[in-house]
Amino acid sequence: MLNDFVPPDLYPASAEIFLVAMACAILLIDAFFGAQRRWLTSSLTLLTLVGCALITYLTMDAQVVLTFNNLFVDDLLSDFLKLLIYLAVIVAIIYSRDYLAARGLDKGEYYLLVLFATLGMMVMVSAASFLTIYLGLELLSLSLYALVALDRDSPRATEAAMKYFILGSLASGLLLYGMSMVYGATGTLEIGGVAQALHLGVANETVLVFGLVFIVSGIAFKLGAVPFHMWVPDVYQGAPTPIALLIASAPKLAAFAMAMRMLVYGLFELAEHWQSMLMILAVLSIALGNLAAIAQTNIKRMLAYSTISHMGFLLLALMSGVVGPDKHFALNAYSSALYFVVAYVLMSLGAFGTILLMSRPGYEVEHLEDFKGLNQRSPWFAAVMMAVMFSMAGVPFFVGFFAKFSVLLAVVDAGYIWVAVFAVMFSLIGAFYYLRIVKFMYFDAPVDAAPIRASLDMRFLLSVNGAAVVLFGIFPDALVSLCTYAVLRSL
Amino acid sequence: MSSYLLSLAIWVPILGALAVFAVGNAHRLARWMALCVAILGFLVTLPLYLNFDVAEAGMQFVERRSWVPRFNIEYFLGVDGISVLFILLNSFITVLVVIAGWEVIKEKVAQYMGAFLIMSGLMNGIFSSLDAMLFYVFFEASLIPMYIIIGAWGGPNRVYAAFKFFLYTLLGSLLMLVALIWLFLSSGGSFNLLEWHQLRIEMTPQILLFLAFLAAFAVKVPMWPVHTWLPDAHVEAPTGGSVVLAAIMLKLGAYGFLRFSLPIAPDASQYLAPMMIALSLIAVIYIGFVALVQLDMKKLIAYSSISHMGFVTLGFFIFNQIGVEGALVQMISHGFISAAMFLCVGVMYDRVHSRQIADYGGVVHVMPRFAGFMVLFAMANAGLPATSGFVGEFMVILGAVKYNFWIGLLAATTLILGAAYTLWMIKRVMFGPLGNRHVAAMTDINGREFLFLATLALCVLAMGVYPFPFTEVMHASVDNLLKHVAVSKL
Repeated sequence: MLNDFVPPDLYPASAEIFLVAMACAILLIDAFFGAQRRWLTSSLTLLTLVGCALITYLTMDAQVVLTFNNLFVDDLLSDFLKLLIYLAVIVAIIYSRDYLAARGLDKGEYYLLVLFATLGMMVMVSAASFLTIYLGLELLSLSLYALVALDRDSPRATEAAMKYFILGSLASGLLLYGMSMVYGATGTLEIGGVAQALHLGVANETVLVFGLVFIVSGIAFKLGAVPFHMWVPDVYQGAPTPIALLIASAPKLAAFAMAMRMLVYGLFELAEHWQSMLMILAVLSIALGNLAAIAQTNIKRMLAYSTISHMGFLLLALMSGVVGPDKHFALNAYSSALYFVVAYVLMSLGAFGTILLMSRPGYEVEHLEDFKGLNQRSPWFAAVMMAVMFSMAGVPFFVGFFAKFSVLLAVVDAGYIWVAVFAVMFSLIGAFYYLRIVKFMYFDAPVDAAPIRASLDMRFLLSVNGAAVVLFGIFPDALVSLCTYAVLRSL
Repeated sequence: MSSYLLSLAIWVPILGALAVFAVGNAHRLARWMALCVAILGFLVTLPLYLNFDVAEAGMQFVERRSWVPRFNIEYFLGVDGISVLFILLNSFITVLVVIAGWEVIKEKVAQYMGAFLIMSGLMNGIFSSLDAMLFYVFFEASLIPMYIIIGAWGGPNRVYAAFKFFLYTLLGSLLMLVALIWLFLSSGGSFNLLEWHQLRIEMTPQILLFLAFLAAFAVKVPMWPVHTWLPDAHVEAPTGGSVVLAAIMLKLGAYGFLRFSLPIAPDASQYLAPMMIALSLIAVIYIGFVALVQLDMKKLIAYSSISHMGFVTLGFFIFNQIGVEGALVQMISHGFISAAMFLCVGVMYDRVHSRQIADYGGVVHVMPRFAGFMVLFAMANAGLPATSGFVGEFMVILGAVKYNFWIGLLAATTLILGAAYTLWMIKRVMFGPLGNRHVAAMTDINGREFLFLATLALCVLAMGVYPFPFTEVMHASVDNLLKHVAVSKL
């Protein structure tokens, strides 16, 4: 038996292995040096992520390589998403450092949990089996549950963590149940194997569709789509802002990958079933997200509902793949979904980054009114936030416009012109609450005239973030082509 | 012919605005820089007129390169006789706006000037885009500076007005976006407007397209009954904002009809023309009566703008050469006159801080030079012969009578209504005994104010006496457009 063992090809997973090794080392270093040299932990964490990015970049090629007994895949889509995840996590850490330090929250656990969450996302992105997806998802989720409760003494954070944990476990259970159905019907958990079995038509369709319902529910929960969205506003509001920033950024990329792997790569033969489910989720998310956001007075809750509506748009893109024998027909839909989620992460980082920038010890930016007169306090960062808000509203020349445009193009191409009309009408409603933030920043006098203080690296990065929102809006082609290419080479 | 003139017209003001933003709180420097940029922006548009080939009906000064190859969106610019004059008008008005805000704006001067310069560049982009997405992107982006201008430098109810302006306009343009995407897909993957003009489309989609475009452009023009944002926006906006809004932004909607609705959906345009004519006549007559009862000068001019723009849409949908050309002349002329009227109100507002007609009276006694200008512009607004206001209105009425006598008759009532509301306002504001001590304390216009009022007066008179340089430019293109619209695309 032992002689049959073939050592797996570790090369495609070198970034993950590097990250695990470094995480273990950082764990020891942090325990040894303690609180006095926290800068060491944070610098090492950033270095690890940069190292991962280098490894992923250097080992990137357009080949699809399976390893670990077909549990793990390395393709262009996974490399592209991983690079974006590293980038988002690096930005999130740099935005968060001052905030955490000022509140005594820059514990070693933060950096380690962030690293493990990153690992979870990497595993999800590279999953070639339902089981691997589940493993990655749990690693990510457990790290995030703990991170939400990072501020132990805050009852709100603890409540949010409990809520997130209970609902998240329920969703994981649903997902697992759906996977078991798929396994029962096809006899395999490998995504390629499932697709093969479906293609041959040997599986029992009733069981499959039954399982599919649970899988779609699980995905919808992780994305935060209506009616599985209840946790999003509470967690965004309850969690410390840096953790909300983390939850609102990189995990969306992983959730997109999860949806792609399971629905498009694995269950494509059932597309007509899951497309109609996604349409319902998308329409509800866009409607409820935009309507509920109007009623919010808390900026983090407002951004939570804005996330929900954005995820609705993402689902719109995912449901627009044209079902046909040739998967290339579906290119429009999935590349626009990828582009949309990348644009969303960029905007989300900018929005939460500005909130962190304005917070200072003893003063939390919680309410929309806290943005009053930002233009007089700091014209530059008011301009950054304005760019992000108009971008989220989908106004040109900002990255969000082309993101929404490419999704609408895919939707109309799939023949759902009335869904597109519906989506733009709700974008109009959505524009209202983004404009309201601009109104507070530009039309009102500041209540609090304290100057904005922040470290140089944060100022620089937030400026780059704002510039990216504008530049990718004026020159969208590079990013659009990259997304298209990544999806094309991995389909 | 390849040239960079149109790119310069768009990007000189926008890049200049970024430089103006950079000076921050140095107000004096910001003003002078803005003035230099605005003048430079106007100078680079002059060759567009001087080198314009009036015999050529097609696009000139064409620039074309790929912008977003993934969606086949091009950076495709060009002007014909219909659009070239608006680029000049826009760049010219921008210079006046900078001068008009010179001493009046005391806070955030760099941002104020920069916002106007950016808007000027974006609007040049709208008038010169030949790629539908490029057009759309400029069209929607131009909302942002206007939103900020109304909201940040406007009157007491500015927030309401700014939101109403933004959301109303966005409503229309989002529907147009879906229409553009539909056209992209049915034309086999192209956003090229000139190709779309040749596209064959069935009647039902044509009507739907026409309505989607109508949603975008009717709000912008604005046509009755979606005009209600305009009086609010005008009343609350600072003087410069009102000037740009009336002189240029309203023209975008009318221009959209000529560039999109008529050539892309000609059959639907013919089919729905009675509806459009009816809406235009309602704007002309009903809104004329509404203007008569206004107590606020800016609101009165705002309603008068809606009424005059009704003339423009009327001219388009009677489909004859003199009507369309008259409408275009009316657009240019209204650009001068409405700008001048709003500047006049601004001059008085800066002194008395009121726009209510009742707060004035006998201004002529304290500001004789100013009164001369204001009466001239009021006469032009009422359509007095030898002013530019007369030319356009007369041409449209001629066209309308050709089309149908009764429509012409109804349209002609504007000459009475326009005279009534404008002159009655002038009578109450300018003449009679001195209204109160605030009016008595008013000082006559200074050199800066004289400069912009005199420039506009010259334009209004020159265009009224000798409109040929304007009609000459548009003749070939309008002729071409009408021939195109007369051919069915079914």
